Amino acid sequence: MERVSLERKVLSENERIAAGLRARFAEHHVLSLNLISSPGSGKTSLLERTLESFDPQDRVAVLTGDIQTENDAKRLARFGFPVKQITTGGTCHLDARMIERALADWRLEELDLLFIENVGNLVCPSSYDLGEAAKIVVLSVTEGEDKPLKYPSIFFKSNLLVLNKIDLLPYVPFDIAAAEDNARHIHRDIDIVRLSCQTLEGLGAWLAWLDGNRQRSRAAAS
Amino acid sequence: MHEMGIANSVLDAVRKESRRFPESHVCKVVVRIGELAGVDPEAVDFCFEALVRGTSWEPLELEIEFCPRRYRCCSCGHSYAAQNDVSACPACGGTESQFSGGDELELAYLEVENGAGLTGT
Repeated sequence: MERVSLERKVLSENERIAAGLRARFAEHHVLSLNLISSPGSGKTSLLERTLESFDPQDRVAVLTGDIQTENDAKRLARFGFPVKQITTGGTCHLDARMIERALADWRLEELDLLFIENVGNLVCPSSYDLGEAAKIVVLSVTEGEDKPLKYPSIFFKSNLLVLNKIDLLPYVPFDIAAAEDNARHIHRDIDIVRLSCQTLEGLGAWLAWLDGNRQRSRAAAS
Repeated sequence: MHEMGIANSVLDAVRKESRRFPESHVCKVVVRIGELAGVDPEAVDFCFEALVRGTSWEPLELEIEFCPRRYRCCSCGHSYAAQNDVSACPACGGTESQFSGGDELELAYLEVENGAGLTGT
């Protein structure tokens, strides 16, 4: 019996395409952000509130992934920015090739911020690099505060945790401090923003986080 | 559920690699899966078995090395696997640590038997 060493990533093909995307984003100074959450945590609502706060001249675009329907793209297209739906037809996550295809007829030099809204799923999207600058995990207070411990991968890989639907805190038994402790237990340096897409509380902190990252991205480009 | 895709990537890698050894038979492929990889090892195993069953790859075996979340203590340098309810170093009690592993999703190695005829297609 002989051993043949392999020593490479299982998803090396996805990693190769993602590296190509990352290089293109860097070349055109596009900050790309990959939003991940369970279904119904409020990714699309967060993007709606975000897009409506932007100047119409802002160079922003959205790719939104779902298994079926164009519903999210329709919701997001109302704000006048380029939006494209990626329907995976059953696949529970976006992969780098889907992003590459979706971007084929967009001019990256006309953008400086790209949101990628992943398929609602806290597990599978964490394994697929999309060439993004950062992953953002959204957790809503109607879920369990132990989710970071149950699904450590995505909390470990995300730069920011958005705790959404905080307007519902008086009505649900969600311990927000415990949720934050759990997230920091998995990822000590994770940034955290608490917000509500209904009352808009905390939206400013989210926009400031975005702005800080856009400034860093621009500074790196110049 | 993306484990079928993962299992398929593993089998693809075996397929490609085995072309380098046309006279040998691949018996086993070893994959490392970290606690933070976002992949269920049992599901990968189940899918891999389903992919291999009834093909010329049989009885190709998949072995999974599970890698827990690991840290290195900044005070004493001790490396330890993390527990969800404990974050201090078990050796010195230090609370400053650096992440040192647990997000692996890697092909480690193949075990091949020489001269056992052609590998599968």
